Amino acid sequence: MLRYIAHRILLAVPIALGVSVVCFSLVYLAPGDPLQTILPSDATADMVAQIKHAYGFDRPLPVQYLLWLGHVLTGDFGASISTRRPVILEVTGALSNTFILTSFAIPLAFIMGYTMGALAGCFPGRVVDRLVTGAAVVGVSLPNYWLGIVLVIVFAVQLMVLPATGMGPKGSAEFSLLRWSDAQYLVLPVITLAMIPVGIIARTTRAAVAEVLNQDFVTTLRAKGLSEFAVIRHVLKNSAPQVLAVMGLQFGYLMGGSILIETVFTWPGSGFMLSKAIINRDIPVLQGTILFLSMIFVATNLVVDLLQSLIDPRIRRS
Amino acid sequence: MSQTATLPIAFDDDAPPALRVRGYWSTVGYRLRHDPVTLCFGAIVLLIVLIAIFAPLLAPFDPYKESVILRLKPFGYRGHPLGTDELGRDLLSRLIYGGRSSLLMGLIPVCIATALGGTLGVIGGFAGRRVNAVIMRTMDVFYAFPSVLLAVAISGAMGGGMANGMAALALVFIPAMCRVAETATAQVRSLDFIEAARATGAGTFTIVRYHVLGNVLGPVFIYASSLVSVSILLASGLSFLGLGVKPPTPDWGLMLSTLRQSIYIVPLSCALPGAAIFVTSICFNLVSDGIRAAMDVRL
Repeated sequence: MLRYIAHRILLAVPIALGVSVVCFSLVYLAPGDPLQTILPSDATADMVAQIKHAYGFDRPLPVQYLLWLGHVLTGDFGASISTRRPVILEVTGALSNTFILTSFAIPLAFIMGYTMGALAGCFPGRVVDRLVTGAAVVGVSLPNYWLGIVLVIVFAVQLMVLPATGMGPKGSAEFSLLRWSDAQYLVLPVITLAMIPVGIIARTTRAAVAEVLNQDFVTTLRAKGLSEFAVIRHVLKNSAPQVLAVMGLQFGYLMGGSILIETVFTWPGSGFMLSKAIINRDIPVLQGTILFLSMIFVATNLVVDLLQSLIDPRIRRS
Repeated sequence: MSQTATLPIAFDDDAPPALRVRGYWSTVGYRLRHDPVTLCFGAIVLLIVLIAIFAPLLAPFDPYKESVILRLKPFGYRGHPLGTDELGRDLLSRLIYGGRSSLLMGLIPVCIATALGGTLGVIGGFAGRRVNAVIMRTMDVFYAFPSVLLAVAISGAMGGGMANGMAALALVFIPAMCRVAETATAQVRSLDFIEAARATGAGTFTIVRYHVLGNVLGPVFIYASSLVSVSILLASGLSFLGLGVKPPTPDWGLMLSTLRQSIYIVPLSCALPGAAIFVTSICFNLVSDGIRAAMDVRL
């Protein structure tokens, strides 16, 4: 088992390095010289050369990448162009706000999607199944940012029971989950965010459960006289690895989708910061946020892989 | 979907007792013709495409004509059936024209990704070993990004615009497309008929062209059809963030983002562009499900 874990972790390292290469090259995708944003407009050729040297832009690209990687590994992501603050502070501050949202949205999404999918899978072809399958198609096709806007129209504009946007008058520093006056700002964004993966999780769970239900061992269990409840328990257990794999992927979509949802609700998280950075053409912040979010995704996938092998010995042995 | 056909051949209900055997494509056609859900949503997709193509004939007003006195008017105001937007432009006309960019950004990235990703996948799957490893491990890296994040990162760095948005979306889809093509190619590569073709002296190109592609195009096409609605959703998401279509071009995602500022004045018109995205995406999704079921050889 330990060898397997070590093997998986070793496999994740090249992926993580590849991701960092992509993030590094984002700066070079930007139109124009990456220096343009730092340089004063009346810079002389001499000054340009000097600054190029100071920032290491005159070295070959692989060297630049290694230098950059060294800085990143020590937590130095450069400074934001619009606020002049270190990117690392900006990103970690915003991430903690995103974390508040996702820590509610993810359990909600997983529980809803799993329950719907398991119910549909246990009764294939019945009314429950049709309802869930229909709801899943709607969920997959729904532009979630639009769902957010519709929720705002209904609950904030028309009914006026919940706040439309933001994190409350006190901002993020004194945000407390225990006070309703603060916590009410969470309701709409959490619901919207949770809707992103529900459809796909329900679909996959349904397919996995229905597939296991068709296997021979289920007939054996029934023949042995097990109660239907105990049979279902076996089926759910056996479908767990497949469901878990999809949940890991969906975790990433939820993090990525938070860019749009946080923009809709002007929630001061990493996604909202990313969309601000795009408008201000603040490439260091863009780069840092993307790197952080994608590394979280790589790490989650690794954890999911390990969890899968932990609950399913078949994966370990193959 | 249809549980009636259990073999790759299907039978007419009113066929004479001597059974008529169909070829693959006529089976697919038969299944599609007898699938009311797919037919119905396919018709809606066709309607949406036709509306976008004939927008100049259908739109009651010029979608670019602004008017200071007609800003943010409600439904039915002075001949504007859906009212006007924040610059006094007719909302219905803009919705009709908006389908053009949304459909383009839904279809073009998928076509590019199918061509490039599919080719890479076939090369990787057929060449095997080192070539395969280089291609697939590179794809793994792009796979390690959540799709929205990758699309936003690339088009954000490149600075928005419709062409950049499409390039970003194509890049998001290439790895997945490549995997589908690679899996399908690797499955047939070691089969006997390929070996037989090689024994008769067929070159690599001939084998790929006549023996591999036929087995790969099906799964690739099915996957590509399912990507269209994803592409439409992601594209309008990019436009919503200001990264896709640039103003004043009418686009559903962009309209959603600008009308949102007036959510307290005209809440209903604010929801309309999103409803258009939703309807288009769900129709493409259901049609793709229907195609998948019809083309499934296992049924």
